[in-house]
Amino acid sequence: MDLAQAIAQPSVDWHALSPDIVLAAAACMVLIADLFLPEESKWLAMPLSAAGILGTLAAVVSLAGEHRTTLGGAVEIDTFALVFKGLFCVIGLIVLAMSFGYFRSGRYYQGEYYFLMLCSLLGGVVISSARELVTLFIALELISIPAIIMTALRKADVKSNEAALKFFLFSVLSTAVMLYGMSLVYGITGSTKLDEIRSSIASSADEPLVVLSVIFVVIGFAFKISAVPFHFWAPDTYEGAPSPVAAFLSTASKIGGFVGLLVLMFRAFPEVADTWRPAFAVLATLTMTVGNLIALRQQHIIRLLAYSGIAQSGYVLVTLALIDPSRPEANAQALESAIVYLVIYGIMDLGAFAAAVAFARKTGTYFLSDYAGLWRRSPVLATLMAGFLLSLAGTPPMAGAWAKLFVFAAAINSEVYWLAAVMGVNAVIAAWYYLAVVKRMFLDSPEVDEPIEVPYLLRATMGVAAFALLAVFIYPAFITSLADRSLL
Amino acid sequence: MSVPPGYYLALAGLMFSVGVVGALTRRNAIVIFMFIELMLNAINLIFVTFSRMWGHVDGQILVFFVLVVAAAEVVVGLAIILVISRRRGTANVDDVSLLKW
Repeated sequence: MDLAQAIAQPSVDWHALSPDIVLAAAACMVLIADLFLPEESKWLAMPLSAAGILGTLAAVVSLAGEHRTTLGGAVEIDTFALVFKGLFCVIGLIVLAMSFGYFRSGRYYQGEYYFLMLCSLLGGVVISSARELVTLFIALELISIPAIIMTALRKADVKSNEAALKFFLFSVLSTAVMLYGMSLVYGITGSTKLDEIRSSIASSADEPLVVLSVIFVVIGFAFKISAVPFHFWAPDTYEGAPSPVAAFLSTASKIGGFVGLLVLMFRAFPEVADTWRPAFAVLATLTMTVGNLIALRQQHIIRLLAYSGIAQSGYVLVTLALIDPSRPEANAQALESAIVYLVIYGIMDLGAFAAAVAFARKTGTYFLSDYAGLWRRSPVLATLMAGFLLSLAGTPPMAGAWAKLFVFAAAINSEVYWLAAVMGVNAVIAAWYYLAVVKRMFLDSPEVDEPIEVPYLLRATMGVAAFALLAVFIYPAFITSLADRSLL
Repeated sequence: MSVPPGYYLALAGLMFSVGVVGALTRRNAIVIFMFIELMLNAINLIFVTFSRMWGHVDGQILVFFVLVVAAAEVVVGLAIILVISRRRGTANVDDVSLLKW
């Protein structure tokens, strides 16, 4: 096709782009609707956003089983992309349910909030199918920048301001470092498409510049996924941000970073894996261990979940330390376990945050000491919270157990036994602080006996999430069918 | 007479290093932010240089995206710094220390 014809009739596969387009349209619609809604009915932005996300989910489902590339290979729809697009939609719906009561009663800029959340979610949906450096970069920034504004939404709260400033500075710094790495990759390979990078980088594996560029990219991503030692911003930001936003950051934003990292490492840089694999092993060990050890002494539920989230990132990083294209079977297993872990992590972490939000809505407190005797004040909330915490700890009867086991098995199959051992030790440390909260809720006696009512919307959402985790534990084929090798 | 690309890359590396050192040592949020912008401009220079070396425009197109993202970051960042300095009367990051551990 010559240039003039390409400009007149660009061959764009609109169906492949439909999830992204539907979500972008929904975000614009929410912003416009917000202009015309009177103050007392601003809450309507929430059902409108939910409809938009459901529409996106429908577009994702309509593409199921397809394998398409469009925009010159910048966007690739495969099962990997669709699973994560779907996961982002589910995360969006759960966060909407958590935000509804919070933002309606607080009257914090509801219309703007839902618009920003959809934009940030759009970044996640785009990054799932991005197979080119520019698209990856734009999608990553699309996740971060609206999330910074969402963190700062409580303008009058000094903590919210501070959280946003920290998040902003670290986010911008990490972007700059990551871009520096990307610019060197572009210089070495002369292309921004991941497949072309992969084929041309293989011949220059020993060059120090290649190692340097990959290290810069990894450091940039390490900030986004809050891996130790680049995690300092995360607990502070989560604590200061409105708590539904903290839940969003801890799941959507972090999973977005991981999707970018998985795509880059499995698709663009596997041929030079020998040079960067040790870096991921160190990063994973530090992230798991430091995250869990600091979590042991937390007294604030959001900070506890923040450090627990950091430790959970460490388990996913283990899978990246197993990448080895010369052993296709072990390599594929590493990818599959990473997908399973991220999907289960997204649901269980949001569940725990939702329980904390439900508790704080009635009691106004986030301190763990106030959770004493929750069983007597609200059996439903205590049971759900315990279920999510057990899942995070990786104990039966919740899906989190499978997530940890799959990563563990992948490490054993790749014969990286020491990393598997570090994982095992960390699972024990982590079980300690999760079970301490469960014990406090069920065995300690409450200071006040006042029962806690959980709003219906939140109760239904948490119930579905907990049921899903239980069902996956009993019948893991649900989730393993999602783990797909199409990225390789 | 043309300048060899190595010179541009060296200059960009120097700019980036100055940016990193400045961003990590300065205490005023606006100054930190200016240093980060310096880092982004160094990256733009690298993209343009490599784009010229390879003889295609991919890198130059990327520069536009970096510029747009940097502009969006300026908008968000200055708004946050403005809110903080209105409430506190300072943009010093050492004074912003309510959240710890």
